[in-house]
Amino acid sequence: MIAFFFRKFDRMATGFVILLAAIAILVPVLNLAVPEGSPFHIPTYLVSLWGKYLAFALLAVALDLVWGYCGILSLGHGAFFALGGYAMGMYLMRQIGTRGVYADPVLPDFMVFLNWKELPFTWYFFDHFAYAVVMVVLVPSVLALVFGWFAFRSRVTGVYLSIITQALTYALLLAFFRNDMGFGGNNGLTDFKDILGLSVQAPTTRAALFALTAVFLALGFLVARAIVVSRFGQVLAAIRDAESRTRFLGYRVESYKLLVFVVSAAMAGIAGALYVPQVGIINPSEFAPSNSIEAVIWVAVGGRGTLVGAALGAVLVNFAKTWLTGMLPEFWLYGLGALFILVTLFLPKGIIGALTSRFGRPGDGGAQ
Amino acid sequence: MFRRFVILFSVLIGLVALAAAPIRADDASLVLKRLATDNYGEIEAGVAALAASGLPVSEAVLTALADSRLSYRPSDKALFIKDTSGGWIDAATNAAPAEAPSGLKSVKLNNRVRRALEAALGSMTLMSPDPMKRIAAAEAVFKSRDANTLAPLDVVIGKEADPVVKRYFEEARAAVLLLKTDAPETDRVRAAERLGERGDQDSLALLGSVTEANATANIVSAAKLAAKGIESRLALLSTAQNAWYGLSLGSVLLLAAIGLAITFGVMGIINMAHGEMVMLGAYTTFVVQEIIRTKVPSLFDWSLPIAIPLAFCVSGLVGLLIERVIIRHLYGRPLETLLATWGVSLVLQQAVRSVFGANNREVGAPSYMAGVWDLGGFQITYGRLWIIVFSLVVFFALLGVMKGTSLGLRMRAVIQNRRMAAAMGIRTPVVDALTFALGSGVAGIAGVALSQIDNVSPNLGQSYIIDSFLVVVFGGVGNLWGTLLGALSLGLANKFLEPVAGAVLGKIILLAVIILFIQRRPRGLFALKGRAVDS
Amino acid sequence: MSADLTDSILYLDAVSVSFDGFRALHDLSFVVGRGELRAIIGPNGAGKTTMMDVVTGKTRPDKGIVIFDGSIDLTTRDEASIAAFGIGRKFQKPTVFDGQTVEDSLLLALEGPRSAFSALFGWRSRVAVEQIIDKLAIIRLGDLRSKLAGSLSHGQKQWLEIGMLLAQNPKLLLVDEPVAGMTDAETEETARLLTSIAGEHAVVVVEHDMSFVRALGCKVTCLHEGSVLAEGTIDSVSANERVIDVYLGR
Repeated sequence: MIAFFFRKFDRMATGFVILLAAIAILVPVLNLAVPEGSPFHIPTYLVSLWGKYLAFALLAVALDLVWGYCGILSLGHGAFFALGGYAMGMYLMRQIGTRGVYADPVLPDFMVFLNWKELPFTWYFFDHFAYAVVMVVLVPSVLALVFGWFAFRSRVTGVYLSIITQALTYALLLAFFRNDMGFGGNNGLTDFKDILGLSVQAPTTRAALFALTAVFLALGFLVARAIVVSRFGQVLAAIRDAESRTRFLGYRVESYKLLVFVVSAAMAGIAGALYVPQVGIINPSEFAPSNSIEAVIWVAVGGRGTLVGAALGAVLVNFAKTWLTGMLPEFWLYGLGALFILVTLFLPKGIIGALTSRFGRPGDGGAQ
Repeated sequence: MFRRFVILFSVLIGLVALAAAPIRADDASLVLKRLATDNYGEIEAGVAALAASGLPVSEAVLTALADSRLSYRPSDKALFIKDTSGGWIDAATNAAPAEAPSGLKSVKLNNRVRRALEAALGSMTLMSPDPMKRIAAAEAVFKSRDANTLAPLDVVIGKEADPVVKRYFEEARAAVLLLKTDAPETDRVRAAERLGERGDQDSLALLGSVTEANATANIVSAAKLAAKGIESRLALLSTAQNAWYGLSLGSVLLLAAIGLAITFGVMGIINMAHGEMVMLGAYTTFVVQEIIRTKVPSLFDWSLPIAIPLAFCVSGLVGLLIERVIIRHLYGRPLETLLATWGVSLVLQQAVRSVFGANNREVGAPSYMAGVWDLGGFQITYGRLWIIVFSLVVFFALLGVMKGTSLGLRMRAVIQNRRMAAAMGIRTPVVDALTFALGSGVAGIAGVALSQIDNVSPNLGQSYIIDSFLVVVFGGVGNLWGTLLGALSLGLANKFLEPVAGAVLGKIILLAVIILFIQRRPRGLFALKGRAVDS
Repeated sequence: MSADLTDSILYLDAVSVSFDGFRALHDLSFVVGRGELRAIIGPNGAGKTTMMDVVTGKTRPDKGIVIFDGSIDLTTRDEASIAAFGIGRKFQKPTVFDGQTVEDSLLLALEGPRSAFSALFGWRSRVAVEQIIDKLAIIRLGDLRSKLAGSLSHGQKQWLEIGMLLAQNPKLLLVDEPVAGMTDAETEETARLLTSIAGEHAVVVVEHDMSFVRALGCKVTCLHEGSVLAEGTIDSVSANERVIDVYLGR
């Protein structure tokens, strides 16, 4: 089983996993054990900020799996991310209990505010962490399964698929804005207190969440890598390069696409669940089509079809976003817009793709 | 109650007397003097007499009394009305007195007098010389269904010459009669029929309150029949109204999607900045209006006709630039085009935000866009009407350009077989650039129209982009007629879903249906079939 | 007719297809025997490619019977299951996996389980490697086995695609214009290759190049407006008055 995850391992993959392991240990240590005055101390807000970047990196890896390796450009992956986030958010809401403004032991504040008398069935069992975790994976997967089953079976491909994935997340955006959906409407879910009995504000919890995110990023990377280097991954690439050729060779293209789409959606859901406790809020704007498209540019910047590049791109772009919106808020959208244009025109293989082709390691990482 | 009846009865007598013989002028001051007292009973009787007198001043006097602006001089019982500026007017002559009156006492009101006043004013306006006031009075009776108004109504119905006003009177009378248990059955049956002819929501409610408890079987069945007639009429009306709203939304969708039908539908370019082309058109309208407002305000009604060619040029030029600088390097790579043009859309949004600010900009409506056209309960706003007409004009103009001009011919040639067209001497890059500029320019024109119904903000384009793509895909890529039908059918479907499911849920349902539809027929309603499609 | 059916690898009877009023196939009937090599000729729009689409499950016929291997009704199956029954198809335009090496392309095509789960957990066997070396020799791309398919020349791509078909080990190969864009020497090689694999596999070749068809030395079917115009030896078909009129020219 271990061997399954580590076959065809190359230098870049090894380096990436080691790097993640290192920061998973080092960052919490530098935050918790090093005193505040020391130049090596990492403040807690930075830990959570970088934890957010790593959650985005996991989303990017999930997206790269379908786009880079199977040619499915999903403009709706933000929806899976947000659904996973909502599942986690619902658990965190129910942990608030009587500490809410209205101090209702069962109903979250917004339901009391809306004059609801009982918990809607969608919220049942969300006070159990295990149930919430199952939902984090299950809800995005089932949505991906149903959506993909219709889409791939009807052979919707290329930009048509992109447009309907965008319509999907747009529809969810509208739906989650509604108060009567029972997910907090416009304001979403926030004011979390505890996760597994630990305060979400506590530095130790935040450091643990960071480490956990790094571990899940590494796991997601290993799963994605195991998939793409397997024969399954070769078939995916074959589908990307010549779909009908693959079909006439006897491969049932739709089952391959469906499987990878569902795995990717589950991964995006997990990323969303790791994201929510670290940023402390989930609201419908996470479903905005622009979020999903932004995730695509992370992958493009890092290099699609490289996995490591996708993660790298997510961290780089979001770091630049934080930095630029802090320094020159006007220029962030110019910068992001220019990034979309310049990367597609001049860096079609992304950073990692450009590096590997320059230093001549063909086939390594499967860059396209 | 009895007292009220007496008052109305005297009003009625007065009315009959009026019909018989107009009151003489020297009686006028006599009637007025009856109000100059502090005895409530006398005031009450005086109100009735005045209402019945038919004097030209009576309405002014009674209104003044109702507003507590009426006073009298105890010395000669002359009445004075305080006007809005605080001066006095002699009630008998309706003119300012030579010298300011002194020692005035105001005419007092109690609840009984107030009721008498109301009834008097109501029945008086039934006889007002202004037909609009008579109609308003009839509608008031229709609502109050006061049985006491029956007699005055009968009088005025007999005298009324205007057939429209007469119809209102008769409807009011029917409303009173329908639920009057002591009225003859035939009258009440006729009243039900009358209300059925009127056919609005109020009549339906009235007819619905007729039951076995307050009417005979014949009346009840007549009321049911009439109610059924009204229901089907109202259903028809609401269907027509929905169809109109749907058509209106469809025309907006058509406008938003029509440029995309060229760039995406015909050329196959995914232009995510299409919405921003629309937005640029809207801002062009804003700039044109600003200049006109400050320089030549008299030309304001011409702002839209001036803005249309300018918007076409602005968006068309920006489109040309985008095609030359970015898109031409990405032909045959639709997904990359999608990402690059999304970047363009972000830059354009931020650019507009930097120049014009992030807030909504006010774009005014010229006079011909304002107003409503009422067709028997069916309301058409001129603004919407113009937008529907405009969208169709743009559509057919574009169709004409594609089918009728040499540019259109070359466009179609390049699209159908690029290499063959090139071999025949058509400069395909030029044609590509011009086609894209045309599609963008048309989006700009759409922006002029949309500036009239939507907020002009940097996000304007974002709200249309997904809808536009769905319209083009739904209608069938590469088919302008498909876009027309797609836009109209989506508009109609949306508006017919709204009353059932609510606005947001309706839209979600529609999105879900379109997603399913596209999966079933990925090439849209009017898709080309066969081998050529797959290449 | 029933004898025809049981002896046949491919049996078409009265197949019709139309697209928006255009009749691509009109009562098309013909039979290909097991192991037979058959050439199909005909003008553009005669329905050659549509016929292949119908056989491989890409297009559903409006009416008619399509039977494979004497008993399998193909009209209700999808591409993947038809390929699994043993029908391989080469496209008109050479279609290979640009991002994969020659060797990996053959590996993907190799006969074996096709399900997503088996692909996820299975890996190549020694037998597979031997078979690939065997196919590489047949298509003469042994030296290029680790090159990316996208970097091959046009003719090499055609051969690679034929090699992938062979790796599938199908009972029937449908080959659409295999020598388009090939040099004369390559064309000759291809004719030799196709005749050598016939017998073990049935092969249906669609081609315009008459000298290539002649080199195949097999039975020829000429299609016109969606149905069979003439069938027989190359000499009898090319002497047919109507074939000359609509296709070959005088």
